[in-house]
Amino acid sequence: MVSEIVIAVGILAGLGLLFAIILAVAYKKLRVEEDPRIDQVEEMLPHANCGACGEPGCRVFAEKVVANQIKISKCTVSSQSAIERIAEYLGVDAGSEEKRVARLLCAGGKKEAHSLAEYAGTLRTCRGEAVVTGGPKACAWGCLGLGDCVNVCDFDALFLNEDGLPAVIPEKCTACGDCVEICPKGLFELMPESRKLIVQCKSLLEGSLAESKCSVACTACGRCVADAAPGLIEIRSNLAVINYDLNHLASPEATLRCPTNAIVWVENQQFEKRPTVWLPLGRVEKYTEET
Amino acid sequence: MIGTTANGLKDKLLTFRHGIHPEEYKELSSCRRIERMPFVEDYTLPLLQHIGAPSRPVVHKGQRVRKGELIAEPGSYVSVALHSPVDGTVTDVGLYGHPNGQMLPAIRIKADPFSTQQLNRPAQRPPEELTKEEFIQAIQQAGIVGLGGAAFPAHVKFNISEDKHCRYLMLNGCECEPFLTCDHRVMLEYAGELIDGTRILQHFIQADKVCIAIEANKPDAVVALREASARLGFPVEVAPLKVKYPQGAEKMMISAILGEEVPAGKLPIDVGVLVSNVGTIVALSQYFRQSQPLIERVITVTGTAVARPANVLVPLGTPMRDLVEFCGGVTGEATRILLGGPMMGIVQKTLDTPVVKGTSGILVLTEREVQDIDTFSCIRCGRCLEACPLFLNPARLGLLARKGLWDDMEDNNALDCFECGSCSYVCPSGIPLVQSIKVGKAMIRERKSK
Repeated sequence: MVSEIVIAVGILAGLGLLFAIILAVAYKKLRVEEDPRIDQVEEMLPHANCGACGEPGCRVFAEKVVANQIKISKCTVSSQSAIERIAEYLGVDAGSEEKRVARLLCAGGKKEAHSLAEYAGTLRTCRGEAVVTGGPKACAWGCLGLGDCVNVCDFDALFLNEDGLPAVIPEKCTACGDCVEICPKGLFELMPESRKLIVQCKSLLEGSLAESKCSVACTACGRCVADAAPGLIEIRSNLAVINYDLNHLASPEATLRCPTNAIVWVENQQFEKRPTVWLPLGRVEKYTEET
Repeated sequence: MIGTTANGLKDKLLTFRHGIHPEEYKELSSCRRIERMPFVEDYTLPLLQHIGAPSRPVVHKGQRVRKGELIAEPGSYVSVALHSPVDGTVTDVGLYGHPNGQMLPAIRIKADPFSTQQLNRPAQRPPEELTKEEFIQAIQQAGIVGLGGAAFPAHVKFNISEDKHCRYLMLNGCECEPFLTCDHRVMLEYAGELIDGTRILQHFIQADKVCIAIEANKPDAVVALREASARLGFPVEVAPLKVKYPQGAEKMMISAILGEEVPAGKLPIDVGVLVSNVGTIVALSQYFRQSQPLIERVITVTGTAVARPANVLVPLGTPMRDLVEFCGGVTGEATRILLGGPMMGIVQKTLDTPVVKGTSGILVLTEREVQDIDTFSCIRCGRCLEACPLFLNPARLGLLARKGLWDDMEDNNALDCFECGSCSYVCPSGIPLVQSIKVGKAMIRERKSK
């Protein structure tokens, strides 16, 4: 009887010792040396995991920053002081990155763009509307105005204005690209803030036809081309296209004679000149992680 | 309901598991003979009427074209040719409204005032003299696509690679969508062409067995095809199937007839089956025997808000407005227009778009039938699971789509869904399940293509 207990205890103690040795050896042999600065840098990052820097998340970004493979300023979410703090901590150059902002290339809100039908579906999202013959608007390229981009934005940088258009608040926008991805019409573009001359239209229809569908459509009249510096703007398939390589030549003059206000000079926020209201809370359902 | 034994049908009908039984409404148009639509003034022929690359126009503004003349050649291998449905003049090649809601390049033709139905094409060589490669090329040049609705180029489907063996050639005459009767009428009135087209296809495919699957609510079509088969001396098995939606989906048809499942992400040919819509086979026969490329198709114009429901042989490119006018126009109560049937059809915002190769029906409904119900929370009743013919979990997929969890949707096999709409039909809470899944599928595809 006693011997059986002794044997059992002995076996367990032996096993325990064996595994302890394996663990101890593994700890020594398989140890991964990690730079402790990675944890520190990650701690100083905003933890948004938004992907605006082009990396899968803040941790990977921190690893690359410490390895000096990427400039800290690529993190557009961090404030300038936070970036400087990290640069100081690592003793490296912060680099400089021009702030980019999402711009909506459509100005056809409820008042400007005509609708052919009324969308009666209960799935009240732009994506849901887009699967039903591209939504009710007469213009096949136009913003559907149900605010998928507003819902998807992690930084509350978008709101639907009174006209049913999503307005981007440049101070809050981190250029993470979520709105670019969700928009079924592909109307958002991430632009450096220095690009102030913007064509807010994507319609490829010929002049009067485009205008019959939306009062702020580009009619490809060519006045902006004539008024701007040579080569800055050209008309390509019934749409004014700006060559941003020559952005330093841009001036508000190009917008002055536009008959439909399709080309605009944006100092800060788009759609500023129109009265805007904040949406009452709960008007658009917010996507949450909870299922 | 139908005299199964009197018509020589089997007592126990073959079918698949799950599915739904929507009301049929086929009586509105099933007894109407196919009428030919007279020529209208203007035709709009989108260059993309099929799955794949758009066709490349070979005509220019101001050019005269004859009925049946090539106006656009295939843009790539997965693409087909396009022909003029009428004698006339090309007035424009530009952007025009497409039934899918986009503005896409199209050829606009103004018909001659006294245009005749005379076809201006040289006679086609008899198909028996052709090699398989020539046959496949001929179908592509004829512009033939699957007329069931998806408009997949027929030559790609019929070009079976050497390592695959076709056991079964199945012709799809199920037409499980409520309201639609165009395939039914085609089987009755073009029975001879259908059997002849099958013979041509079988000559090149060399399938072990040939059968035509028809839902049992069309006993007259079963009889007509058996008679035509005996008359032409080409034996074809006619298999009546149980009336159930979506019986006409090719994977469901294979499961009903063979009891085999097509694996997820695979095609019917991977299990040795070739499925083709009956209209496609008729188009095949008409091309080889009468040299007529695909320039017209049979469309059901129906619904309780159409003055005179009918099955119409329509030249491609005819504006839908003219087609509906031809059927007596809509009554005052019309509130919704669908392209296709009520289950998978797409709601239209305008009638100014043209008829394309994939159009199988125009359905106009009244307020009473389209009453929108409010959406409530999912009560976990599981009816959508019992309806889904592919054994997916629509409730979960719909939830994931509304939360924007696209990767999880893909893990839950969202891409296998063929959007039959059975889940939305049975949902007691009125949740737009299939629409949410469509959104998710589009999202997954977009992210993949990046």
